Amino acid sequence: MGTHNLEELFQNKIDLEIKIEPKNWMPEAYRKTNIRQISQHAHSEIVGMLPEGNWISRAPSLKRKAILIAKVQDEAGHGLYLYAAAETLGQSREQMFNDLHSGKAKYSSIFNYPTLTWADMGAIGWLVDGAAIMNQVMLTRTSYGPYARAMVRICKEESFHQRQGFESLWVLSKGSEEQRALCQDAINRWWWPALMMFGPIDSESTNSDMSMKWKIKRKTNDELRQQFVDMIAEQVKLLGMTLPDPNLRWNEARKHYDFGEINWDEFWQVVKGNGPCNKERLEARKKAWEQGAWVREAAQAYANKQRTRNKAA
Amino acid sequence: MQYFIKKVYYGDIPDASGGAASSNEPQQPNTDWPLWEVFIRSKQGLDHKHVGSLHATDAKMAIENARDVYTRRQEGLSIWVVESKYITASNPAEAGELYEPAVDKVYRHPTFYDLPDEVKHM
Repeated sequence: MGTHNLEELFQNKIDLEIKIEPKNWMPEAYRKTNIRQISQHAHSEIVGMLPEGNWISRAPSLKRKAILIAKVQDEAGHGLYLYAAAETLGQSREQMFNDLHSGKAKYSSIFNYPTLTWADMGAIGWLVDGAAIMNQVMLTRTSYGPYARAMVRICKEESFHQRQGFESLWVLSKGSEEQRALCQDAINRWWWPALMMFGPIDSESTNSDMSMKWKIKRKTNDELRQQFVDMIAEQVKLLGMTLPDPNLRWNEARKHYDFGEINWDEFWQVVKGNGPCNKERLEARKKAWEQGAWVREAAQAYANKQRTRNKAA
Repeated sequence: MQYFIKKVYYGDIPDASGGAASSNEPQQPNTDWPLWEVFIRSKQGLDHKHVGSLHATDAKMAIENARDVYTRRQEGLSIWVVESKYITASNPAEAGELYEPAVDKVYRHPTFYDLPDEVKHM
Protein backbone atom coordinates (compact mmCIF):
# COMPACT_ATOMS: atom_id res chain seq x y z
CA MET A 1 0.00 0.00 0.00
CA GLY A 2 1.45 3.36 -0.98
CA THR A 3 1.79 6.24 1.43
CA HIS A 4 -0.80 8.15 -0.51
CA ASN A 5 -3.33 5.43 0.06
CA LEU A 6 -2.48 5.23 3.78
CA GLU A 7 -2.99 8.98 4.11
CA GLU A 8 -6.35 8.70 2.44
CA LEU A 9 -7.42 5.92 4.81
CA PHE A 10 -6.14 7.97 7.73
CA GLN A 11 -8.11 11.03 6.66
CA ASN A 12 -11.23 8.91 6.11
CA LYS A 13 -11.00 7.69 9.68
CA ILE A 14 -10.64 11.26 10.96
CA ASP A 15 -13.63 12.39 8.90
CA LEU A 16 -15.69 9.51 10.31
CA GLU A 17 -14.71 10.57 13.85
CA ILE A 18 -12.79 7.34 14.44
CA LYS A 19 -10.04 7.98 16.97
CA ILE A 20 -6.42 7.35 16.09
CA GLU A 21 -4.68 4.98 18.49
CA PRO A 22 -0.93 4.62 19.16
CA LYS A 23 -0.32 1.60 16.94
CA ASN A 24 -2.33 2.93 13.97
CA TRP A 25 -0.55 4.34 10.96
CA MET A 26 -0.37 8.14 11.02
CA PRO A 27 1.40 10.79 8.93
CA GLU A 28 4.71 11.84 10.43
CA ALA A 29 3.54 15.45 10.73
CA TYR A 30 0.49 14.32 12.70
CA ARG A 31 2.74 12.44 15.12
CA LYS A 32 5.11 15.40 15.46
CA THR A 33 2.37 17.96 15.96
CA ASN A 34 0.77 15.82 18.63
CA ILE A 35 4.07 15.21 20.42
CA ARG A 36 4.81 18.94 20.40
CA GLN A 37 1.35 19.98 21.51
CA ILE A 38 0.83 17.30 24.17
CA SER A 39 4.29 17.77 25.65
CA GLN A 40 3.86 21.56 25.73
CA HIS A 41 0.56 20.99 27.45
CA ALA A 42 2.25 18.66 29.97
CA HIS A 43 5.04 21.17 30.59
CA SER A 44 2.41 23.87 31.18
CA GLU A 45 0.77 21.79 33.90
CA ILE A 46 4.10 21.16 35.60
CA VAL A 47 5.48 24.70 35.33
CA GLY A 48 2.02 25.94 36.31
CA MET A 49 2.60 24.46 39.76
CA LEU A 50 5.32 27.04 40.45
CA PRO A 51 3.39 30.33 40.58
CA GLU A 52 0.81 28.73 42.87
CA GLY A 53 3.31 26.81 44.94
CA ASN A 54 4.65 30.26 45.79
CA TRP A 55 1.57 30.87 47.99
CA ILE A 56 1.08 27.52 49.74
CA SER A 57 3.10 28.56 52.77
CA ARG A 58 1.37 31.95 52.91
CA ALA A 59 -2.25 30.97 52.35
CA PRO A 60 -4.51 33.01 54.68
CA SER A 61 -6.15 30.01 56.36
CA LEU A 62 -5.78 26.27 56.78
CA LYS A 63 -8.78 25.74 54.50
CA ARG A 64 -7.26 27.81 51.69
CA LYS A 65 -3.94 26.09 52.17
CA ALA A 66 -5.48 22.61 51.87
CA ILE A 67 -7.38 23.69 48.73
CA LEU A 68 -4.24 25.14 47.16
CA ILE A 69 -2.19 22.02 47.89
CA ALA A 70 -4.92 19.84 46.36
CA LYS A 71 -4.97 22.03 43.28
CA VAL A 72 -1.20 21.97 42.83
CA GLN A 73 -1.27 18.17 43.28
CA ASP A 74 -3.90 17.98 40.55
CA GLU A 75 -1.63 19.96 38.20
CA ALA A 76 1.13 17.41 38.82
CA GLY A 77 -1.33 14.62 38.01
CA HIS A 78 -2.45 16.40 34.84
CA GLY A 79 1.16 16.74 33.76
CA LEU A 80 1.64 13.00 34.26
CA TYR A 81 -1.48 12.02 32.28
CA LEU A 82 -0.23 14.17 29.42
CA TYR A 83 3.38 13.01 29.49
CA ALA A 84 2.09 9.43 29.36
CA ALA A 85 -0.09 10.31 26.36
CA ALA A 86 2.90 11.85 24.54
CA GLU A 87 4.99 8.77 25.32
CA THR A 88 2.53 6.61 23.38
CA LEU A 89 3.80 8.46 20.29
CA GLY A 90 7.35 7.29 20.86
CA GLN A 91 8.81 10.27 22.73
CA SER A 92 10.63 9.34 25.95
CA ARG A 93 9.81 11.13 29.20
CA GLU A 94 13.46 11.98 29.63
CA GLN A 95 13.68 13.57 26.18
CA MET A 96 10.68 15.75 26.99
CA PHE A 97 12.28 16.90 30.24
CA ASN A 98 15.53 17.62 28.44
CA ASP A 99 13.71 19.70 25.84
CA LEU A 100 11.93 21.67 28.55
CA HIS A 101 15.12 22.31 30.50
CA SER A 102 17.12 23.31 27.42
CA GLY A 103 14.43 25.83 26.49
CA LYS A 104 13.64 24.04 23.25
CA ALA A 105 10.17 22.99 24.35
CA LYS A 106 7.66 25.67 25.30
CA TYR A 107 4.95 25.91 27.91
CA SER A 108 2.05 28.30 28.29
CA SER A 109 3.42 31.84 28.60
CA ILE A 110 0.91 32.71 31.29
CA PHE A 111 3.15 31.02 33.88
CA ASN A 112 5.92 33.50 33.19
CA TYR A 113 3.98 36.17 35.05
CA PRO A 114 4.58 36.63 38.79
CA THR A 115 2.05 35.95 41.56
CA LEU A 116 2.34 39.09 43.63
CA THR A 117 -0.56 38.85 46.07
CA TRP A 118 -2.90 36.25 47.54
CA ALA A 119 -5.67 37.49 45.25
CA ASP A 120 -3.63 36.18 42.33
CA MET A 121 -4.51 32.64 43.44
CA GLY A 122 -8.17 33.46 42.91
CA ALA A 123 -7.53 35.23 39.61
CA ILE A 124 -5.49 32.31 38.29
CA GLY A 125 -8.20 29.80 39.16
CA TRP A 126 -10.96 31.92 37.65
CA LEU A 127 -9.23 33.43 34.60
CA VAL A 128 -6.25 31.21 33.78
CA ASP A 129 -7.89 27.88 34.53
CA GLY A 130 -11.10 29.26 33.04
CA ALA A 131 -9.30 30.00 29.76
CA ALA A 132 -7.56 26.62 29.88
CA ILE A 133 -10.87 24.80 30.34
CA MET A 134 -12.28 26.33 27.12
CA ASN A 135 -9.42 24.70 25.25
CA GLN A 136 -9.48 21.48 27.22
CA VAL A 137 -13.18 20.85 26.75
CA MET A 138 -12.60 21.14 23.01
CA LEU A 139 -9.64 18.75 23.29
CA THR A 140 -11.73 15.99 24.88
CA ARG A 141 -12.85 15.44 21.28
CA THR A 142 -9.40 15.61 19.71
CA SER A 143 -8.61 12.87 17.19
CA TYR A 144 -5.72 11.18 19.00
CA GLY A 145 -7.23 8.68 21.46
CA PRO A 146 -4.75 8.83 24.38
CA TYR A 147 -4.79 12.66 24.31
CA ALA A 148 -8.59 12.77 24.27
CA ARG A 149 -8.83 10.34 27.20
CA ALA A 150 -6.30 12.31 29.23
CA MET A 151 -8.34 15.45 28.58
CA VAL A 152 -11.58 13.85 29.79
CA ARG A 153 -9.90 13.02 33.08
CA ILE A 154 -8.39 16.49 33.35
CA CYS A 155 -11.66 18.30 32.61
CA LYS A 156 -13.41 16.41 35.40
CA GLU A 157 -10.85 17.68 37.88
CA GLU A 158 -10.35 21.13 36.42
CA SER A 159 -13.79 22.45 37.20
CA PHE A 160 -12.93 22.52 40.92
CA HIS A 161 -9.96 24.73 40.06
CA GLN A 162 -12.04 27.37 38.40
CA ARG A 163 -14.79 27.31 40.99
CA GLN A 164 -12.42 27.65 43.95
CA GLY A 165 -10.77 30.59 42.18
CA PHE A 166 -14.02 32.45 41.65
CA GLU A 167 -15.17 31.70 45.18
CA SER A 168 -11.90 32.96 46.59
CA LEU A 169 -12.29 36.26 44.69
CA TRP A 170 -15.93 36.44 45.64
CA VAL A 171 -14.98 36.33 49.33
CA LEU A 172 -12.43 39.10 48.75
CA SER A 173 -14.99 41.16 46.85
CA LYS A 174 -17.26 41.10 49.92
CA GLY A 175 -14.40 42.03 52.26
CA SER A 176 -12.68 45.20 53.41
CA GLU A 177 -11.70 48.11 51.18
CA GLU A 178 -8.19 46.69 51.02
CA GLN A 179 -9.38 43.21 50.07
CA ARG A 180 -11.55 44.65 47.32
CA ALA A 181 -8.57 46.57 46.00
CA LEU A 182 -6.46 43.39 45.99
CA CYS A 183 -9.18 41.61 44.06
CA GLN A 184 -9.45 44.34 41.40
CA ASP A 185 -5.67 44.60 41.09
CA ALA A 186 -5.29 40.86 40.47
CA ILE A 187 -8.01 40.95 37.80
CA ASN A 188 -6.30 43.93 36.16
CA ARG A 189 -2.98 42.14 35.98
CA TRP A 190 -4.26 38.72 34.80
CA TRP A 191 -6.93 39.75 32.29
CA TRP A 192 -4.76 40.51 29.26
CA PRO A 193 -2.30 37.64 29.75
CA ALA A 194 -5.32 35.31 30.06
CA LEU A 195 -6.64 36.55 26.70
CA MET A 196 -3.22 35.97 25.18
CA MET A 197 -3.40 32.32 26.25
CA PHE A 198 -5.62 31.62 23.25
CA GLY A 199 -2.82 32.47 20.85
CA PRO A 200 -2.55 34.85 17.87
CA ILE A 201 -5.65 36.08 16.03
CA ASP A 202 -6.94 33.80 13.28
CA SER A 203 -6.20 36.20 10.41
CA GLU A 204 -2.48 36.12 11.24
CA SER A 205 -2.10 33.14 9.03
CA THR A 206 -3.50 31.85 5.76
CA ASN A 207 -1.36 28.75 5.68
CA SER A 208 -2.68 25.27 5.22
CA ASP A 209 -4.37 24.30 8.37
CA MET A 210 -3.72 20.66 9.14
CA SER A 211 -4.53 20.86 12.84
CA MET A 212 -8.16 21.52 11.92
CA LYS A 213 -8.24 19.04 9.07
CA TRP A 214 -6.82 16.34 11.34
CA LYS A 215 -9.21 17.40 14.12
CA ILE A 216 -6.42 17.86 16.61
CA LYS A 217 -8.10 21.24 17.12
CA ARG A 218 -11.75 21.90 16.47
CA LYS A 219 -12.13 25.59 17.23
CA THR A 220 -9.99 28.55 16.24
CA ASN A 221 -8.17 30.78 18.70
CA ASP A 222 -10.59 33.65 18.11
CA GLU A 223 -13.66 31.47 18.58
CA LEU A 224 -12.37 30.21 21.92
CA ARG A 225 -11.27 33.69 22.99
CA GLN A 226 -14.66 35.20 22.19
CA GLN A 227 -16.40 32.46 24.13
CA PHE A 228 -14.15 33.23 27.10
CA VAL A 229 -14.70 37.01 26.95
CA ASP A 230 -18.49 36.56 26.78
CA MET A 231 -18.39 34.31 29.82
CA ILE A 232 -16.06 36.41 31.98
CA ALA A 233 -17.66 39.77 31.08
CA GLU A 234 -20.84 38.51 32.75
CA GLN A 235 -19.20 36.79 35.71
CA VAL A 236 -17.13 39.85 36.65
CA LYS A 237 -20.36 41.76 37.31
CA LEU A 238 -21.18 39.37 40.14
CA LEU A 239 -17.90 40.26 41.77
CA GLY A 240 -18.72 43.96 41.47
CA MET A 241 -15.36 44.38 39.74
CA THR A 242 -14.37 45.54 36.25
CA LEU A 243 -12.18 44.24 33.46
CA PRO A 244 -9.34 46.58 32.47
CA ASP A 245 -10.56 47.23 28.93
CA PRO A 246 -12.32 50.54 28.04
CA ASN A 247 -13.43 49.01 24.72
CA LEU A 248 -15.27 46.11 26.28
CA ARG A 249 -18.96 46.38 25.44
CA TRP A 250 -21.88 44.23 24.39
CA ASN A 251 -22.48 44.22 20.65
CA GLU A 252 -26.16 43.58 20.07
CA ALA A 253 -25.68 42.90 16.36
CA ARG A 254 -23.00 40.26 16.89
CA LYS A 255 -24.53 38.94 20.11
CA HIS A 256 -21.02 38.99 21.55
CA TYR A 257 -18.83 41.32 23.59
CA ASP A 258 -16.44 43.52 21.62
CA PHE A 259 -13.08 43.99 23.24
CA GLY A 260 -9.86 45.96 22.81
CA GLU A 261 -6.68 45.06 21.02
CA ILE A 262 -4.24 42.64 22.63
CA ASN A 263 -0.60 43.64 22.97
CA TRP A 264 0.96 41.05 20.67
CA ASP A 265 4.48 42.42 21.09
CA GLU A 266 4.27 41.48 24.73
CA PHE A 267 2.92 38.03 23.81
CA TRP A 268 5.84 37.20 21.50
CA GLN A 269 8.37 38.69 23.91
CA VAL A 270 7.18 36.34 26.65
CA VAL A 271 7.08 33.36 24.26
CA LYS A 272 10.66 34.14 23.25
CA GLY A 273 11.80 33.98 26.85
CA ASN A 274 11.72 37.64 27.86
CA GLY A 275 8.76 37.56 30.23
CA PRO A 276 9.03 38.61 33.87
CA CYS A 277 9.65 35.07 35.20
CA ASN A 278 10.89 32.89 32.31
CA LYS A 279 14.36 32.47 33.79
CA GLU A 280 13.12 31.87 37.31
CA ARG A 281 10.64 29.18 36.20
CA LEU A 282 13.15 27.23 34.16
CA GLU A 283 15.78 27.51 36.90
CA ALA A 284 13.32 26.11 39.43
CA ARG A 285 12.49 23.15 37.15
CA LYS A 286 16.13 22.41 36.45
CA LYS A 287 17.04 22.64 40.10
CA ALA A 288 14.26 20.23 41.09
CA TRP A 289 15.35 17.79 38.38
CA GLU A 290 19.04 17.93 39.19
CA GLN A 291 18.64 17.81 42.94
CA GLY A 292 16.27 14.86 42.58
CA ALA A 293 18.78 12.85 40.54
CA TRP A 294 20.16 10.96 43.54
CA VAL A 295 16.64 9.95 44.61
CA ARG A 296 15.90 8.52 41.15
CA GLU A 297 19.18 6.65 41.09
CA ALA A 298 18.76 5.32 44.63
CA ALA A 299 15.24 4.06 43.88
CA GLN A 300 16.50 2.31 40.77
CA ALA A 301 19.44 0.77 42.66
CA TYR A 302 17.10 -0.45 45.39
CA ALA A 303 14.76 -2.04 42.84
CA ASN A 304 17.67 -3.76 41.09
CA LYS A 305 18.95 -5.13 44.39
CA GLN A 306 15.49 -6.47 45.32
CA ARG A 307 15.21 -8.18 41.95
CA THR A 308 18.61 -9.86 42.34
CA ARG A 309 17.68 -11.01 45.83
CA ASN A 310 14.34 -12.41 44.71
CA LYS A 311 16.05 -14.32 41.93
CA ALA A 312 18.63 -15.76 44.34
CA ALA A 313 15.97 -16.85 46.81
CA MET B 1 3.90 14.71 0.62
CA GLN B 2 4.88 17.15 3.31
CA TYR B 3 2.78 19.36 5.51
CA PHE B 4 3.77 22.55 7.18
CA ILE B 5 1.81 23.67 10.17
CA LYS B 6 2.34 27.38 10.44
CA LYS B 7 -0.81 28.43 12.16
CA VAL B 8 -0.33 28.84 15.87
CA TYR B 9 -3.07 27.44 18.04
CA TYR B 10 -3.62 27.74 21.72
CA GLY B 11 -1.32 25.34 23.53
CA ASP B 12 0.90 24.72 20.55
CA ILE B 13 3.73 27.15 20.04
CA PRO B 14 5.76 26.24 16.94
CA ASP B 15 9.42 25.36 17.43
CA ALA B 16 10.49 28.25 15.22
CA SER B 17 9.17 30.79 17.74
CA GLY B 18 11.17 29.41 20.61
CA GLY B 19 13.77 31.61 22.20
CA ALA B 20 16.49 29.02 22.78
CA ALA B 21 18.54 27.18 20.22
CA SER B 22 17.31 23.69 19.52
CA SER B 23 19.08 21.08 21.58
CA ASN B 24 21.66 19.43 19.39
CA GLU B 25 23.47 17.67 22.19
CA PRO B 26 23.83 13.93 21.54
CA GLN B 27 20.93 11.84 22.79
CA GLN B 28 21.69 10.40 26.21
CA PRO B 29 20.78 6.76 26.78
CA ASN B 30 17.27 6.62 28.18
CA THR B 31 17.33 6.33 31.97
CA ASP B 32 13.57 6.51 32.46
CA TRP B 33 12.19 4.10 35.03
CA PRO B 34 10.20 1.20 33.51
CA LEU B 35 6.71 1.96 32.20
CA TRP B 36 3.66 0.34 33.86
CA GLU B 37 0.06 0.08 32.73
CA VAL B 38 -2.53 0.78 35.42
CA PHE B 39 -5.94 -0.90 35.77
CA ILE B 40 -8.47 0.20 38.35
CA ARG B 41 -11.64 -1.34 39.76
CA SER B 42 -13.84 1.64 40.51
CA LYS B 43 -16.54 -0.28 42.35
CA GLN B 44 -16.95 -3.70 43.87
CA GLY B 45 -18.54 -5.94 41.22
CA LEU B 46 -17.04 -4.12 38.21
CA ASP B 47 -14.09 -5.12 36.04
CA HIS B 48 -10.68 -3.54 36.38
CA LYS B 49 -10.34 -1.00 33.61
CA HIS B 50 -7.24 0.46 31.97
CA VAL B 51 -6.79 4.06 33.11
CA GLY B 52 -3.31 4.99 31.91
CA SER B 53 0.36 4.44 32.54
CA LEU B 54 3.20 5.66 34.71
CA HIS B 55 6.87 5.11 35.46
CA ALA B 56 8.11 3.26 38.55
CA THR B 57 11.14 1.26 39.57
CA ASP B 58 9.15 -1.70 40.90
CA ALA B 59 5.60 -3.00 41.38
CA LYS B 60 5.20 -1.56 44.85
CA MET B 61 6.12 1.93 43.70
CA ALA B 62 3.87 1.52 40.68
CA ILE B 63 0.90 0.77 42.96
CA GLU B 64 1.70 3.73 45.21
CA ASN B 65 2.15 6.10 42.29
CA ALA B 66 -1.07 4.81 40.71
CA ARG B 67 -2.86 5.61 43.95
CA ASP B 68 -1.54 9.17 43.90
CA VAL B 69 -2.06 9.76 40.20
CA TYR B 70 -5.31 7.93 39.46
CA THR B 71 -7.32 7.75 42.71
CA ARG B 72 -7.08 11.21 44.27
CA ARG B 73 -10.88 11.35 44.37
CA GLN B 74 -11.73 7.84 45.49
CA GLU B 75 -11.92 6.51 41.93
CA GLY B 76 -10.71 3.07 42.93
CA LEU B 77 -11.04 0.13 45.31
CA SER B 78 -8.42 -2.05 43.71
CA ILE B 79 -5.40 -1.41 41.49
CA TRP B 80 -3.57 -3.73 39.11
CA VAL B 81 -0.25 -2.77 37.56
CA VAL B 82 1.70 -4.63 34.92
CA GLU B 83 4.92 -3.63 33.26
CA SER B 84 4.04 -2.45 29.77
CA LYS B 85 6.65 -4.65 28.11
CA TYR B 86 4.73 -7.77 29.18
CA ILE B 87 1.58 -6.78 27.29
CA THR B 88 1.14 -8.36 23.87
CA ALA B 89 -1.26 -6.46 21.66
CA SER B 90 -2.97 -7.48 18.44
CA ASN B 91 -1.77 -5.65 15.37
CA PRO B 92 -4.29 -3.07 14.10
CA ALA B 93 -2.97 -3.60 10.55
CA GLU B 94 -4.14 -7.22 10.74
CA ALA B 95 -7.55 -6.40 12.20
CA GLY B 96 -9.30 -7.35 8.96
CA GLU B 97 -8.08 -10.95 8.92
CA LEU B 98 -8.16 -11.32 12.68
CA TYR B 99 -11.84 -10.50 13.08
CA GLU B 100 -13.05 -11.72 9.70
CA PRO B 101 -14.38 -15.08 11.01
CA ALA B 102 -17.07 -13.26 13.04
CA VAL B 103 -18.28 -11.06 10.22
CA ASP B 104 -20.66 -13.49 8.46
CA LYS B 105 -22.14 -15.16 11.54
CA VAL B 106 -25.21 -13.04 12.17
CA TYR B 107 -26.96 -16.15 13.56
CA ARG B 108 -24.88 -15.70 16.72
CA HIS B 109 -27.12 -12.76 17.64
CA PRO B 110 -30.55 -13.23 19.23
CA THR B 111 -32.07 -10.72 16.81
CA PHE B 112 -31.41 -13.14 13.92
CA TYR B 113 -34.39 -15.25 14.96
CA ASP B 114 -37.94 -14.28 14.03
CA LEU B 115 -40.36 -15.51 16.65
CA PRO B 116 -44.15 -15.21 16.84
CA ASP B 117 -45.31 -12.27 18.95
CA GLU B 118 -47.20 -14.65 21.24
CA VAL B 119 -44.02 -16.14 22.68
CA LYS B 120 -43.43 -14.63 26.12
CA HIS B 121 -40.35 -14.49 28.31
CA MET B 122 -37.79 -15.00 25.53
